[in-house]
Amino acid sequence: MLSFILRRLGVMVLTILCLTLIVFILTNLYPNLEKLAKTQGNMRMSDTEVTAWLGDRGYDRPTLTKYGEWLGVVPGWTRTDADGRVRGRCIDPGMDPDDAPRRCGVLQGDWGYSTVFKEDAATIIGKRLLLTGKLMLWVLIVMVPASLIVGVLAGMREGSKLDRTLSTGSIITTATPEYVSGVIFIALFASSAVGLRWFKGTATSAMDDANFANFTLPVLTIALYGMGYIARMTRASMAEVMTSQYIRTARLKGVSFRNIVMKHALRNALIAPFTVIMLQIPWLLNGVVIVETLFNYKGFGWTLVQAAGNNDIELLLGVSVVSVIVVLITQLISDVGYVFLNPRIRIS
Amino acid sequence: MDTLTWTGTLGTVLDPITFFVAIAFAVAVVAQIVVSFVTLDDRIAINADGTATRGAGLAHLAGRAVLILLLALIGCVAAYVVGGIVMPHGQAGIVGAIGKRFLPVWIALIVTFGLSIAFKRKLGLYGKLMDSTVGMIGFGMVMFWVYTALFTAGFDWIATHDALNQISGLKNKVPGTPVPEEGLYPHYLLGGDNLARDVFSRMIKGSWIVVQIAPLATAFAFMVGITLGLPAGYYGGRLDTFLSFLANLILAFPVILLFYLLVTPEIVNSGLPKYMAGVLFLFPIVFLVILYQSRFFTQPAKRNLYVALVVLIGGWIYLGVAWDADPTGLIAVPPGVLVVFVSVVFVNAPTVFRIVRGLALDIKTRDYVAAAQTRGEGPWYIMLWEILPNARGPLIVDFCLRIGYTTILLGTLGFFGLGLPPESPDWGSTINDGRRLLSAYPHPALPPALALMSLVLGLNLLADGLREESLRD
Repeated sequence: MLSFILRRLGVMVLTILCLTLIVFILTNLYPNLEKLAKTQGNMRMSDTEVTAWLGDRGYDRPTLTKYGEWLGVVPGWTRTDADGRVRGRCIDPGMDPDDAPRRCGVLQGDWGYSTVFKEDAATIIGKRLLLTGKLMLWVLIVMVPASLIVGVLAGMREGSKLDRTLSTGSIITTATPEYVSGVIFIALFASSAVGLRWFKGTATSAMDDANFANFTLPVLTIALYGMGYIARMTRASMAEVMTSQYIRTARLKGVSFRNIVMKHALRNALIAPFTVIMLQIPWLLNGVVIVETLFNYKGFGWTLVQAAGNNDIELLLGVSVVSVIVVLITQLISDVGYVFLNPRIRIS
Repeated sequence: MDTLTWTGTLGTVLDPITFFVAIAFAVAVVAQIVVSFVTLDDRIAINADGTATRGAGLAHLAGRAVLILLLALIGCVAAYVVGGIVMPHGQAGIVGAIGKRFLPVWIALIVTFGLSIAFKRKLGLYGKLMDSTVGMIGFGMVMFWVYTALFTAGFDWIATHDALNQISGLKNKVPGTPVPEEGLYPHYLLGGDNLARDVFSRMIKGSWIVVQIAPLATAFAFMVGITLGLPAGYYGGRLDTFLSFLANLILAFPVILLFYLLVTPEIVNSGLPKYMAGVLFLFPIVFLVILYQSRFFTQPAKRNLYVALVVLIGGWIYLGVAWDADPTGLIAVPPGVLVVFVSVVFVNAPTVFRIVRGLALDIKTRDYVAAAQTRGEGPWYIMLWEILPNARGPLIVDFCLRIGYTTILLGTLGFFGLGLPPESPDWGSTINDGRRLLSAYPHPALPPALALMSLVLGLNLLADGLREESLRD
């Protein structure tokens, strides 16, 4: 078991390295750097000015060296200006060049500086993650119980009217991406044209003070899309358990239907959905990006869009590292948890 | 010209009836579910002479009511459409007018279903689809959009206005607003958007973009996934480890980040998507060449013919699509569409790879594979002509689901304003346009949103029906 986890962690580190390298190469392509220079400096820069701007900030060196610097395995660049001032990657404004560390990368805990927000990338990511964490927490609180209940109710009597109705419902929710359900919800419940105005169409105020009016729609929008899939998986798992031998035995013994479902079937039927829920979390990230953009909730997904749209290299790298870690950790938890929940499975 | 109401004069009679039937239907459905909890089965009464009579229990009654009310509801909706077609323009309101615009689609649908049901025993899996209600509904919804797209692109039939034409004075106007200019279709059926363009026509024209890209991109993703997934599953070992690592790497990317990295104008200028297209579009040709080579290498004449055909036609399309270097100049893809296409294929291919690999791992242990190995068949023959045909069931179902997912991805791209030009009428871009003024004017964003939802729902239902029917045999 331990060696399994260690191996998985090794693959995880390798994946993160490959992935950040790809992001690094793509964001450091010359057209992207040119755009960065023009948005940060001046839109009407000439080509030589762009080259000078990039050179001043150390963007003009080989991509692999820059990547090494970002990682913190290669010493940061230093350069002496025309007026004798020493500038460098690790030298913060107002710092004596001799005091500056030689290396400053992710390994040293320095995640770089966001060119869009003019702030440390690590601070931004921490702050935004907290906000998205709040959103995700509520999504999970709504989504998991609801989808499990729907799935169990549908699966306990396969083919019944209730099953048909609930299954159709879950197909409809899986066919409704977040940007469609979000738009429909806002049009129905938050627009002056329909006039219900039960909720608010933006969630900006929910960042400090989340309440029923401003947080319901974003949470519901994300939860609904994930719900259908989990419910269908739960239904399949429940239906399979209900046809197994030991349930038939219990029935023949004369155990009441309610007891069969609650005491015998439920525990075995909930193993598979656990994996599905864990694997669904990275998918929720997608929804989070869409919903945070739609409802203007300035969390992690919103930061991703801002960073990617403005080619904010170091922030984007930080964002991708975090999201890859989320994806891989949830995969690991789902595998390990599956073994603990289902003692019939052994991992070699 | 007056402003159209939703149902016009037809509505004065039909509206209350439809409303009543709809409420009754909802009540009946709920009642049916409640009843199914109380009484499990139909009541069986034992008669004095020892025979048993199955009484029409409460559940039976509720089921009947639901069926009748459902038919009545469908009848009401059909009445609006038929009313719209029969009555002069404007009398049957917006619903009637829209129903009339869709007349070619209705005819095509009726013909399709009529022929399919008449010959369903001769049509294989497709014919069996006509046995499943869910599958039929899904198929109908999909074909509705397919016909709409074809008729719009081919004959310019259904749309009422040009997708880009702006008419002053109609900015953000509500559905049914009359058009002040002479010589055009007299109304904006679903209102105008924030640039005073017709929402209905944009939705209709947008269907062509989706119907064009989504199935093709999915097919390409399948070719890539199959060509790589079969050897990974069949050979295993290092190749499998390497390819699986690559697939997981792409899957670990958040999709939207990937889109932002691939589809921004700066990256497009650097030519990266073009090179990716160059690699990805080679796979279908490689796939088909191996397919024929492995089957017909004992009959060189036939093999040469097929391979030459694939290389010629495939190479011609390949040059035109991927490199924009078609010598005859017939095939050219707008660069925006190509980028979107490539990124969607790139995102989908790893998942297909994983599915195909899993299926190959399972099927390669079967006896018929061992038999083929004993016969001395080559590995590619076994993969493409023994394993692949036996994996077709799950793959067809996944193909349907994946077209839906690709549609969602296309919408996501449009929603973030990536890839296609901003004035493009595709559904994602239109939703993105409409969402800015959503709380004041919801009508420009809703039609494309509902259109996208209905298409994806249709594909999901179709996949469900196919799964049901293919499990049956």
